[in-house]
Amino acid sequence: MIAVELTKLVRRPRTWLSILLICALPAIVAVLLNATSVSPPPGQGAAFLSAVLRNGSLYPAAALALVLPVFLPVAVAVVGGDSVAGEASTGTLRYLLVRPVGRTRLLVAKLVAMIAYVLGAVVAVAVSSYFVGVSLFGSGTAQAVGQPGGITSLSGIALTPAQLLLRLVGAIAYIAISMLGVGAIALFLSTVTDSALGAALGALAALVASEVLVTLDAAATIKPYLPTTYWLAWVDFFRNPIFWRDIERGIGIQAVYVVLLLGAAWANFATRDITS
Amino acid sequence: MIVTHGLTKRYGHTVAVHNVDLEVREGDRYGFLGPNGSGKTTLIRCLLGLVYATSGTIEVLGSPVPKKVRSVLPHVGALVEGPAAYPHLSGRTNLRLLDAAGPGAGPRWGRRRDRRHRVEEALERVGLGGIDARPVKAYSLGMRQRLGLAAALLRSPRLLILDEPTNGLDPRGIHEIRELLTELNQAGTTIFLSSHLLAEVELLCTRVGVVDRGRLVLQDDLENLRAPTGRVLVDTPSPAAAVALLDGRVESRAGGQLTIRHADPAELNAQLVAAGVPVRAIGVERRSLEQVVLELTSASSDRVDRPAAPPSPDWGPPAGPPVAPPVAAGPGLGEVRGDPAAPPVTVEDGAGAQSGEILEGGAG
Repeated sequence: MIAVELTKLVRRPRTWLSILLICALPAIVAVLLNATSVSPPPGQGAAFLSAVLRNGSLYPAAALALVLPVFLPVAVAVVGGDSVAGEASTGTLRYLLVRPVGRTRLLVAKLVAMIAYVLGAVVAVAVSSYFVGVSLFGSGTAQAVGQPGGITSLSGIALTPAQLLLRLVGAIAYIAISMLGVGAIALFLSTVTDSALGAALGALAALVASEVLVTLDAAATIKPYLPTTYWLAWVDFFRNPIFWRDIERGIGIQAVYVVLLLGAAWANFATRDITS
Repeated sequence: MIVTHGLTKRYGHTVAVHNVDLEVREGDRYGFLGPNGSGKTTLIRCLLGLVYATSGTIEVLGSPVPKKVRSVLPHVGALVEGPAAYPHLSGRTNLRLLDAAGPGAGPRWGRRRDRRHRVEEALERVGLGGIDARPVKAYSLGMRQRLGLAAALLRSPRLLILDEPTNGLDPRGIHEIRELLTELNQAGTTIFLSSHLLAEVELLCTRVGVVDRGRLVLQDDLENLRAPTGRVLVDTPSPAAAVALLDGRVESRAGGQLTIRHADPAELNAQLVAAGVPVRAIGVERRSLEQVVLELTSASSDRVDRPAAPPSPDWGPPAGPPVAPPVAAGPGLGEVRGDPAAPPVTVEDGAGAQSGEILEGGAG
């Protein structure tokens, strides 16, 4: 069943189109930056953008920062929201269940396909933006403070390319986990409603609500428990030494959300009447 | 093959299925009839474990549903509320994915080869053998219906549960599907199909269940339902002579067509011919399934506030309810559920006015 779900994901034009669009935004930004050489002053605009002009190999980090707030969550919410509700609205859900595919099995397969999509999208952004960055801005020899071939971390200490790669992988993994939280919300809503659109928008509404509360001082007490609070903690991978506190908390809170929501999705889906 | 006891399904305050005792035997071609919205689809969903019954028990292929549904469903092929497929994929790919999704179809080579074979065979059976790689969204309604049937036939099921299987097919397609189902049934597949097309069920099925507002109002063999009514249909070029000869036994007359109360057409024929009345055609009248179903499904709503139709005075002695058994209370009605005290609604209501005219004509 997992293989079937992955096949469906791969054979769906939407999958590739959405990944292409997510990769296109950083590419457009890179082209504009390269053409104008006007970078946002350090400390403003998306993270890393000011550093990118000096070294293209840092561009994947900048690209992730660009797509993280809106593009990635939207794409993940659409895929997650479509997972069960989409099958319900095309009517194929009842035929899968009658085939028979166990309800739990179906849900697990959907989850695996969604994880594959999240990882695919994040890795695609990182890889495509690396090539865009290096080809437009160069790999930035002698740009770091007195160290040829090095790349400055956010803390000002130079990183070797191997270190950079490792930290990039860490950041990708962290973002993927954050997106999995989004996916879990969407998947849960997808088992509640028969409308894929409703489930996707519901997940996005939850995220927007969380973003609003994060910025609100009055919500400070609940802030550590909101899903989006630690979304940007992946930036800490590029500090030296790596600043683990927020990363750990972020992973912890996402794990709680994922477990709770998937549990709720399973409990709901396994006992529900399929009337679609 | 399918046995339910007291099956009830409520959605909030609406009762979709009410206390249904269904019995489908092995080898049956069971026609499940009822108007739209009468609970047919909900009951089918209960049988397949898609919807959980509020109360009552279900047994399919001898195992309780939904408890053992996973061991039952591999032997069941189903078409529920219209076919469905992924619109951007071809019919063939859809079937392969569906086949791969089920149990016992791992990624091993032998299996995969089997799968290709199974899919092609199922497509061939429903008349889609030469289908190309067009996506399903380009299919006509009839093609989708055939694809849905192919999906139901994929694993050579012992029991086919089909919800309106000929929806969207043209007359030729309907005929083909009927042939296919008969063939499958003769090879040992039990068929349970729901429909609101009486003619279709009459042509295909051996056993009939009628559902009305969630209640099973009738369940019987088609043979019994279509038992002779005790009347004979005669077609003669000189109806007046026949009426004169059989005074009092002619129930209705339309042109040269006479309906005569008589048990044996052969004897009646001899009588007519002996009296010099030419006979063009003669035969036993059987109740049509449509009559049976219309009576049953309208009875529950009508008999509450409408008094029973007064017997026609022109008919003389045989017109009263006690003397009309061949029509209403004969073997035809089978196990009628519902209020046994209520008088059965019969076809006499409509025939009453007509017969008055005939008798006048006969007397004149």
